[in-house]
Amino acid sequence: MSDAVDTATPKRRGSSVPLLKRLKSLITVLLTVLLTLVGLLFVTFIIGRVMPVDPVLAIVGERASQDIYDAAYKSLGLDKPLLVQFGIFLKQIAQGDFGISNLTARPVSEDIVRVFPATLELATVGTIFGVLFGVPMGVMAAVNEGKWQDQVVRFVGLFGYSMPIFWIGLVGLIIFYGLLDWVGGPGRLDVYYEDVIPVVTGLILVDSLIEGDLDIFWNAFSHIILPASILGYYSLAYISRMTRSFMLEQLSQEYITTARVKGLSERTVIWRHALGNVMIPLITVIALSYANLLEGSVLTEIIFAWPGLGSYLTTALLSADMNAVIGGTVVVGLIFVGLNLLSDFLYKVVDPRAR
Amino acid sequence: MSIDTTPHDQGMKGWLTSESPESRFHAQMVQLYAGWQSLVANRLAFLGFMIIVLLVLVAIFAPLLATHDPSIQNLKATLLPPFTDGHILGTDDSGRDIWSRIIYGSRITLFIVALVAFTAPVFGLLVGTVSGYLGGWVDTVLMRITDIFLAFPRLVLALAFVSALGAGIENAILAISLTAWPPYARIARAETLTIRNSDYIAAIQLQGAGRLRIILGHIWPMCMSSLIVRVTLDMAGIILTAAGLGFLGLGAQPPSPEWGAMISSGRQFIHDHWWIATMPGLAIFIVSLGFNLLGDGLRDILDPKKAQS
Repeated sequence: MSDAVDTATPKRRGSSVPLLKRLKSLITVLLTVLLTLVGLLFVTFIIGRVMPVDPVLAIVGERASQDIYDAAYKSLGLDKPLLVQFGIFLKQIAQGDFGISNLTARPVSEDIVRVFPATLELATVGTIFGVLFGVPMGVMAAVNEGKWQDQVVRFVGLFGYSMPIFWIGLVGLIIFYGLLDWVGGPGRLDVYYEDVIPVVTGLILVDSLIEGDLDIFWNAFSHIILPASILGYYSLAYISRMTRSFMLEQLSQEYITTARVKGLSERTVIWRHALGNVMIPLITVIALSYANLLEGSVLTEIIFAWPGLGSYLTTALLSADMNAVIGGTVVVGLIFVGLNLLSDFLYKVVDPRAR
Repeated sequence: MSIDTTPHDQGMKGWLTSESPESRFHAQMVQLYAGWQSLVANRLAFLGFMIIVLLVLVAIFAPLLATHDPSIQNLKATLLPPFTDGHILGTDDSGRDIWSRIIYGSRITLFIVALVAFTAPVFGLLVGTVSGYLGGWVDTVLMRITDIFLAFPRLVLALAFVSALGAGIENAILAISLTAWPPYARIARAETLTIRNSDYIAAIQLQGAGRLRIILGHIWPMCMSSLIVRVTLDMAGIILTAAGLGFLGLGAQPPSPEWGAMISSGRQFIHDHWWIATMPGLAIFIVSLGFNLLGDGLRDILDPKKAQS
């Protein structure tokens, strides 16, 4: 499948690259990531500090005497210089300590562990939806470049980019839940199914299968299908467009002509040869859209009362729960950076030319 | 190059399609006309262009198009369905005319789009070109900062900024701009790197032009076309982000007729009075579709790869 690529480049497998050089590039990458992370934390920290909320008042209440106020002020480390405070902040985060949420009165890290699986589940099903439909659509558009199929795919994509997600979510809820009753309503499960199965992974679709409870599985499925397909529509738009342009590039290559001359069926040429080579850059695209879905789920979660990271973050923002906001933002940022890194890494694993 | 061209004989069109322009202005006009023709030829892009023109016209002539005052409440006529008592799109829970509110809301949308379009790309352009042209440690530092902002999820960063600065339309615009500039810096830097070593830049350097002059006067114009495409494509995203902030109550504050906030306030009535939230959503959708169609078409028109083939 990949002979065409491999014969073109000299055979240089891992071992022939000098170890020192690899180590050096690894260190550079790690340093870059570390620097980005610290920068990210710094921006978050500054945002937290300029927020028009007095963290001391939030703890001691407005009737506290000046002494208590000062003591709390000191215990929070607010009397120290900003840079020292940032150092303390970094240290705490490195230990996984985001402080206590004012709203839930629990450690923010615990809260995040509790809400994150819901977001993960939603984004994962959404991405599966996007890949399942987006890739074939992109291939179809590239094969029929300029014809009506291409126009339809382009239009479907542009529609996806133009739709306000909170609006289409509302409209979808009215039509498919309110009028037609095809899907489950807001939330992850119907009320009488909640807290029935033990939490193993936090992903209800997985947990219910582990427990062998198909009723709950289908109930969870009926609840997730609408928000996930709405979210997935966005990644569909992005993935189909990128697949199209990657495919167009591949289809104009000579090895495609060779394959056709050899008498291979058009199906093999397109789906095996061309798409096989497209898969490499496509992994990056899919990882990026996955990261985008984790973020883009903020508004979807609110519409669908989905108890995930997005709702948690927004509630915290609206009630000025600073620790929760910072914790949530940092986690989302970390995932973003992590997925970017992962896609770079995968790229290098799959494509020897990129090493 | 035809030698004997007497453009003025052929009227306006001949002058605009002339192959031997007589002045700089003439040449620019010829180029503009060619661009216009390829825009018209691309039907979808033209449709997008018309939508945006319509948006601008609606915003300008809002007082003439609106049938009611957008913020006057009429508690005797709340939640009216479309086409009753002269309310084209019905009324909301305070009896305000939805059609008029959408019409006036176009001004807010346009205001947001215009401000973001003039701040974020300019800032990105500055960072990108300076970084690309100067190189060295300046480049490293600036690109690191860009990467940090790029690493942040946009909506979350905008949310955090708005909550730090306080809710309101100006802060929403500021937050969106702060999150929108990094891609422009990347593009501008890439463009700068390709033209930094070209002969004409060397020629200007030999003439004694300073760095600022080279960057502003000779590199910026070259980055424009790719930047314009990107900005147009981003406009839809900006409109959606602004509407999302409005929806969350962090953007424009009531009673201003911002489309996202209108959806948010119509949300609680959606089961029995679908039009309150649906109509402003349609407006957002149409306008961002317009920007997307235009941006998509512009990319085809201005894409040098495609022009060569």
